[in-house]
Amino acid sequence: MENMNLSPLWLSFQTAALATVIVFIAGVFLARVITRNTFPGKSILEAIFLLPLVLPPTVVGFGLLFIFGKNGPLGILLSKWFDVQIVFTWYAVLIAAIVVAFPLMYQSASAAFQQYDANLEKAAYTMGASKWRVFWTISFPLAWPGLLGGLVLTFARALGEFGATLMLAGYIPGVTDTIPLAIYFAVESGNTEMATFWVIIIVALGFSAILWLNWWSKRNMMRYSQRPK
Amino acid sequence: MLHINVHKKLSHFKLEVNFSVGNEIVILFGASGSGKTTILNCVAGLIKPDAGEITLQGRTLYDTFVTVPTPKRNIGYLFQDYALFPHMTVFKNIRYGAKSDVLAKQLMKELAIDHLSEQYPLYISGGEKQRVALARALATEPEALLLDEPFSALDEATRANSHEELIRLQKLWDIPIIMVTHSTEEAKKLGNRILHIEKGHFITE
Repeated sequence: MENMNLSPLWLSFQTAALATVIVFIAGVFLARVITRNTFPGKSILEAIFLLPLVLPPTVVGFGLLFIFGKNGPLGILLSKWFDVQIVFTWYAVLIAAIVVAFPLMYQSASAAFQQYDANLEKAAYTMGASKWRVFWTISFPLAWPGLLGGLVLTFARALGEFGATLMLAGYIPGVTDTIPLAIYFAVESGNTEMATFWVIIIVALGFSAILWLNWWSKRNMMRYSQRPK
Repeated sequence: MLHINVHKKLSHFKLEVNFSVGNEIVILFGASGSGKTTILNCVAGLIKPDAGEITLQGRTLYDTFVTVPTPKRNIGYLFQDYALFPHMTVFKNIRYGAKSDVLAKQLMKELAIDHLSEQYPLYISGGEKQRVALARALATEPEALLLDEPFSALDEATRANSHEELIRLQKLWDIPIIMVTHSTEEAKKLGNRILHIEKGHFITE
């Protein structure tokens, strides 16, 4: 155990953190734009956004492999223009994490932006506030509890991603070996001790994230959404 | 002078109204769903009419070629449920669109809500909420004021006080005020003029 390779921990953390930032920005933006507007094809678009949530990760991985593979439409463009290869690299780990985590953020953000009274934004407009100002001073703070929930779920999901990562990134020690992959291949090779170590780490991370979120929302929601008891 | 000529197709009827409001209180009186709030929303720019023209002090807010966006109209709007920002204190609510700190504080004093400055809207009474919303709308120094059933959530005693206050404020501010109500008594007490509306049309003046 002393010479344990900790690279899966850093790799998982880095990927999950970066994926969370990207998914948070994209999810919040798209949810805000789409939720309170109606346009043709809205339900189809939302169904596509949520699809990775219901599909088996292997199917998501297969789809990503098709798109980013050597002969895939995006794969060809990226290698031709930027000389970048996605499959079996760290980028693949990141993309897999982004795609599987996005629906959770989108769904949370979409619910969060529908939770408060739409008249609050309208009132702010009548007071001369710009769209940007209304977003940062009204929409975002009022949706924040829901957005934070989505943020934590996104991070947890990105951290735990396995199926699509394995298909798109493979298992390359030091490059694509996230914690879930390390657990799987440790068990495969009979290294129960190492598998147990990573299992404990990831359970502890997930458990404390949920615990903290519950504690935080109980404490913060009190202030203006319900009277103190 | 606020001039409103609005055509808008609604789900059950067509809204067609044409009227002017000087520096007075004009009441839009009618049953629920007769188009009263839609008129206010058109004037505030929250809904776009199908056709017509809206001008305020000679400035075109809406016609076939121009649609001035809500934030640039300079029209105060008091929503039926007040729409106070729950995550801001009373002072921050009023300060949100205020031209200056001084004006915000002065309005709070005028409406006797200065002691609530640091309170959150959840913890103040209905009458206080209504005065905060009124102060907030006036803090932008609007050129016209729209009131959507501003007294419907108040108890009788508070309502009578609020009526007096509105009459006083109208004299002080001297701007066009349009108020929606379905209380006959309120309409008679407050209105310089009462416009009866039924299914999108005025029936008598």
